[in-house]
This record gives sequence, structure tokens and C-alpha cells, in this order.
Amino acid sequence: MSTIDAPHRAKADRPAASPAAGQPLYADRVKVYPKRVFGRVRSVKWAVLVACLALYYVLPWLRWDRGPGVPDQAVLVDIAHARLFFFWVELWPQEIYFLAGALILGAFALFAVSSLFGRLWCGFTCPQTVWTDLFMWVERWIQGDRNARMKLDQGPRDANWWTRKALTHGVWLLIAAATGGAWVMYFNDAPSVTHAILTGRASLEVYFFFALFAGFTYLLAGWAREQVCTYMCPWPRFQAAMLDENSLVVTYRDWRGEPRGKPRDAATGDCVDCFACVHVCPTGIDIRDGQQLECIGCGLCVDACDSVMGKLGRPKGLIAFETLRNLSASAAATAAMPPGEARFKAGMAARHLPRFIRPRTMMYAGALAVVSLVMLGAFLLRSTLDVTVIRDRAPLFVRLSDGGIRNAYTVKIVNKTREEAPLALVLQAPEGFRMVVQDVPDDAEGRPLLSRRADGIAQYRVLVTVPGGQRVADSTPVTFRLLDATGRAVASTSSTFAGPRP
Amino acid sequence: MPTKIEKDALTGTDTTGHEWDGVKELNNPLPKWWLYTFYACIAFAVVWMVIYPSIPGWKGTSGWVAREAVVAEVAAAQARNAPMMARLREATPAQIQADPELRAFAQAGGRVAFANNCAGCHGAGGQGALGGFPSLADDDWIWGGSLEAIQHTIRHGVRANESDDQRQSIMPRFGADGLLTRAQVDDVAEHVLSLANRATDPAAAARGAVIYAENCVACHGDRGEGNREVGAPRLSDQVWLYGASKRDIVAMINNPRAGVMPAWQGRLDPAMVNMLTVYVHSLGGGE
Ligand code: SF4
Ligand code: SF4
Repeated sequence: MSTIDAPHRAKADRPAASPAAGQPLYADRVKVYPKRVFGRVRSVKWAVLVACLALYYVLPWLRWDRGPGVPDQAVLVDIAHARLFFFWVELWPQEIYFLAGALILGAFALFAVSSLFGRLWCGFTCPQTVWTDLFMWVERWIQGDRNARMKLDQGPRDANWWTRKALTHGVWLLIAAATGGAWVMYFNDAPSVTHAILTGRASLEVYFFFALFAGFTYLLAGWAREQVCTYMCPWPRFQAAMLDENSLVVTYRDWRGEPRGKPRDAATGDCVDCFACVHVCPTGIDIRDGQQLECIGCGLCVDACDSVMGKLGRPKGLIAFETLRNLSASAAATAAMPPGEARFKAGMAARHLPRFIRPRTMMYAGALAVVSLVMLGAFLLRSTLDVTVIRDRAPLFVRLSDGGIRNAYTVKIVNKTREEAPLALVLQAPEGFRMVVQDVPDDAEGRPLLSRRADGIAQYRVLVTVPGGQRVADSTPVTFRLLDATGRAVASTSSTFAGPRP
Repeated sequence: MPTKIEKDALTGTDTTGHEWDGVKELNNPLPKWWLYTFYACIAFAVVWMVIYPSIPGWKGTSGWVAREAVVAEVAAAQARNAPMMARLREATPAQIQADPELRAFAQAGGRVAFANNCAGCHGAGGQGALGGFPSLADDDWIWGGSLEAIQHTIRHGVRANESDDQRQSIMPRFGADGLLTRAQVDDVAEHVLSLANRATDPAAAARGAVIYAENCVACHGDRGEGNREVGAPRLSDQVWLYGASKRDIVAMINNPRAGVMPAWQGRLDPAMVNMLTVYVHSLGGGE
């Protein structure tokens, strides 16, 4: 374990580690006991949490009728049959780039949102945040709020301790199991896989992934928590590239809060040093120390401080979503002023509306728009019927008894729909070229009639012959077309006809 | 070699004694999780070596053998295919071809069986090769291109003396045994070329026609149309087993060659023979 690059952690509960002070560079984890908080941000966070969890747990249970013999699950990755079902969309493995496109879209959306509003993803929608929040809620419900939990942990390991801990971990494990279960439902029929898991009849793979996701949910949300954000996750490292002084981030308005002190002391700023913001912080940091890698931007300290300010009858927003540009503008405007009403007014007056339209955000928006358009175009032009032709290579051509030349082809009809009506195959080639398709009937006009396979690939062997006496080049372009019952060409592909070198 | 191990003032840890341009390395203990994982790996390896055949001569306590695993997998695959193979064994090639399910299975199985058994002589796509390996993809057949004929040839072979029903015929060595003179052989060859309108010496061809009528017509037919009963190749077309030039034809009249093909009945499962029949028939020349 490296002792050199352990991130700087200004845990509020103890002095900062520093090599100069002769202390070890390695920091043990200090358990965080976040306090319950009420307020606008918290309400939004609850709403987002419920929405995200509902989406995750309920989605696999939604049904979508696709006809007989096809899975009726709205969202399903069918590994065995190599299909991805998403409501009315059905993707084949070769179309997996749509998934890649969706991920790219997600990435650019994330960049754009980060450059505008900071760590909105981290603070509100990241699964690590959402599940940790849920686990903390369980913890608080069973063991009580911050002080009660601290007392419980410092107290004796008595029956009370054991009951509460066992209960907490039991509920956590249940949630974790539901999470792992929901994961495998995205890859299996939800009702039947649930039944199979509960009756012990699911496959080894199912149990493996169930246990994997359940285990990591329990580990990451129950035990690792803020350490995932601080040590494991790469996002906090490179999100700095998206943020600038115009991004909204959670900040402490030090120009207004400092110097800290007693509420009644006229010479102090608005911060009363009550540590409410520190106690609610899920990562256990002090936002008043400034921008920190550990801050996930959840805004709970905003709520905490707002309620303190409310009680004191002071204006809210000592901690707020604010741009660093405004922060320094306010600081500059109030540099020489003593604490008080006038300083507050001057500081607030120095602010500007956040600049949302900036080269950086425009670039992200542009990339987002381009990728969206490309994806949309590709999706709308996505073909549901393809024909592919593979010419036999061994032999390249066959010489017939009359001196004629024959080529053999394998024609595949890729049908991504449930449509089964047969299609007529026609050959577009120079005069004299004749086509025969093995083992198929002809239609009324004498064209070979090829049946399709519903949601599958039908394969045919096609022989094209040039009679003896007709000169043929060593390579002649030919085109195969599939016509529907009305005679409209629904798919076509080109190939070549090989002959002897002249 | 460690030169000077010192105690680091700040951390109280010894250094390793190595020094690179003044940079020294602390001799910190390994992280616990790493160390225990390492020990666990060693323990795992030891257990593994005991259970599995890890050292030459040591069979392992489990008795597991890779070969047996393969044998079991092959047996499982064969068991999976067994019902299909039973149906293919009972059915005639014509019935197989009429049933889409059987046909698809036979095509796939026939392709593999062909690659394993036939491609050596007849080529990967059945294109054959000059020198007595007939193409199976063209429309010219020595012994017949119907399903029945193909099945018979595969079953009993050609001139291999492995089956009483084998395809059998022999062409006399007209030149080598002195049945015809050199000049006569040349004239006959010229006549054979004329059957496909390739003669260059009409007078010789006319002389050859007389000799042909006496010696060759019985098998190769009046107009060189050949005879599948006796495996006499058609001479009036453009497909030549041993070469189309006059030289090649003269050589064949002087000292004929004849191909041999083993009888596959008894070597291959009857179902396999049926699959091969359907597959060969589909190569392009099936009649
Ligand atoms: S400092 Fe505030 S915004 Fe940042 S993680 Fe802590 S509570 Fe959330
Ligand atoms: S909650 Fe507000 S008043 Fe209390 S310590 Fe934090 S910043 Fe100061």
C-alpha cells in the first residue's frame, strides 16, 4: 500500500495528516456517522432515490407482448438467443453498436451536466450514492441517529448491540439480495428466474451473478461507502477536467461566514461553528475547508446549514450551490468589510448569474447533438431485412460438360421481424446468366420463392450458370434482389461471377 | 546488495539499503490483504497438485483425466444426435431431401463428413482434380448423378475390390498390348477430338472413326456419349478426367488409367453415407 499518494483527507474529527508533523502518511478509515437532515436538497434526493430504485427493481417485471414463442419481458438481454429486447426494439448482436452509442451519449450527457452543475451525478444518481443512502436510512431506522449510533458503537457489546447490528445487517443483506436478484432478471425471464432462485433450481451462472451483485452491494453500500468515492472511483479524478469556475458546486461562502464564532458576538461572521454541516456529510468532510476531492456534491450540508441559519433568523445560503467565479467576486467585493448586514448585501450584489453558455458547455452540447443525430439516423435507417451472398471459393467456378461455367453462392436472408411471407429472388446479370436455387418452389412467374425464418436467418444454395459458347470475363458483377409479393425490391446485394482467366 | 540499512526518522521504518541517486526505499511490510492472498494462492496450488494429475507419474486423488472428459463430451454429443441419426439411417436419400429438417441436418453433417473423408481426393468443394479425381460439382457423371447412383457409388466404391457390388470396369490397353498400332491410336484420338468438334486432321479422324466403331463404340457409344453402366466417360463434352489435349487422349488409349475409390459401407455409419449422398448431390451436379 502506497504511503506516498494516499489522498489528503481533512477529516474534521481529527487533525490533518502531514509528513512534516511527523505523522504516518497512511490514514485508517474513520467511521462516518452522518446525521439526519431535512430540507429542499434532501427531499429532492429522496425523490431521485425512489425513482432510481423503482426503475431498477421494477423494470424487469414489465411485460411487452411480442407474440407467441418470443419473450414477453419489456427489457431483456437474451444471451442464449443472442437478442436484446427493449420494448419495441429488438437488437441482434451485430447491432450492439447501438448500445455503445447509448453509452457514448450517456458519457457526453454526464460531461455536459458536470460542466454546468458540478457533481450532480455523484451526489444524486450514482448507484454508489443511492444504495449507500438507502443503507444509511436502514441503519438510522434500526440504530438511531448519529449520536445514538456513536454511543452504540462505543458502548458494550451487549444484547442490545448484537440485536441492532444483526437486524441492520440482516436488512442490508435482504436489500443486497434483491439487488442481485434484479440484476439477473435483466438477463432471464423475471418471474421464472425468481422462482428458480427461490426453489434452488437456477443455473450456476444465475447464482454466481446473483451472489456477485448481492455481495458487492452489501460490501460497497454497507461497509466501503465513502471510501469507494474517495479511493476507488476514477470519476472524481477526471471530473476536474469538466469543471471550471463557472460550474455550480457546493461551496461555503467564506466571505460571509468568517470569522466563525458565537451567534451573539457582533465581530463574527455568519458561521456559528456548530458543525451541523460536518455531521450530516456522508463522506465526513468539512465543506468549509474549501473544494475537496471527497465532496460528492450531495448538498446535504446546504440543507443542514440552511436550517441553522433559519433558526438564527439569518439569510439562508451560507453553504450553497455556487460558482467559484461568484465566490471570488463576492470575496473581492467584501474583502475590507467587517462582518454584518452590509457585508452580506455587498457580497450578494457582486454575484452574476452563472454563465451556462460557455465554449466548454457548447462543445459538450454539440457532441451530444451530433451523437444523438447519428444514433437517431442509424436507428431510423436500421434495416430489418438483409440479404447476404457468399460466393463459393473452392471451387471458384465449375466447368460444365457443354463448356459452360457455373458459380455457386450461399444466400442468407437475415430477417429481424416476425414476418414469414416468402420472397422471390431475382438475378440481375448480363444476358444468358441463369440462376437456380436448390430445394425451393417457383412462383407464378417462374422465379424461385425463398421462405424466410421469423426472427432468424434462412440459408439457400444458389447456382448461376453461363452456357457453353458464351464468353465470360474472369469477374462479372452480379446483383441479387429479393422481391416481395407486390414485386417491390426489399433487399439487394451484389457479388461477382468468376470465370477462367482469359 | 543492501549496503546501508538505516532507520527512517519520519516513519521509524528501516530502509531496504538500496539507494538510487539519493532516493531510498522504505522496507515496509507487505499489506496484509496482499500477503494473505499470496498464502492462499500457495495453499490453493498445493491442494490442486494433490487433487489433479499435476506431476508426471502422479495421477491425483480425484482420478480426473482430460481424455475421459473429452470422451464423455463426445458421447454426450452423439447421444444428442442419436435420434436424428436414427431417422437418417432409416430414410432414403430422396426422403431426406424432401424433409427440410432432415435435409438441413444432412447438409451440415455431410459437409463435415465430406471434409473428413472425401476432400482429400475430390477437393474441399468437390471440384476434383485432373488425373482421375472426378469433379462432383459439375454436370458430368461417370457412374450417375442421381441420389441412388451417388449412394451406390459411396457405399460400394470403385474398383477397390471391397464390395461385390462395386463399380467395376476396365478399358483395354490398346497401345501397350499391341491391339492397335501407333498410327491407329493416333487416328482414333483424332476421331475422339472430332466428337467435340476439336479435330484438326479430318482425314485421320475419318480413318479413326472406323477403328472407333470396331473397338470403342460398345462402351463409349456411337457419338461418344459414354455409358454409365460401365463407367465409360462421355467423350463428346468438355470435361476431361485425365486431360483434354490430344497427347493426353493418346496416352489414355495406349495405356489407360482408372481411378479407385474405397467402399464406404462398413467404414461409415449408414446415416453418414446418406448425409454424404445428399451433400454431394447438392454440390451442383445432382440429377
Ligand atoms: S461536503 Fe456537503 S456536498 Fe460535499 S459530500 Fe459533504 S455533505 Fe455532501
Ligand atoms: S452548518 Fe453552517 S453555521 Fe454550522 S458550522 Fe456549518 S457552515 Fe457554520
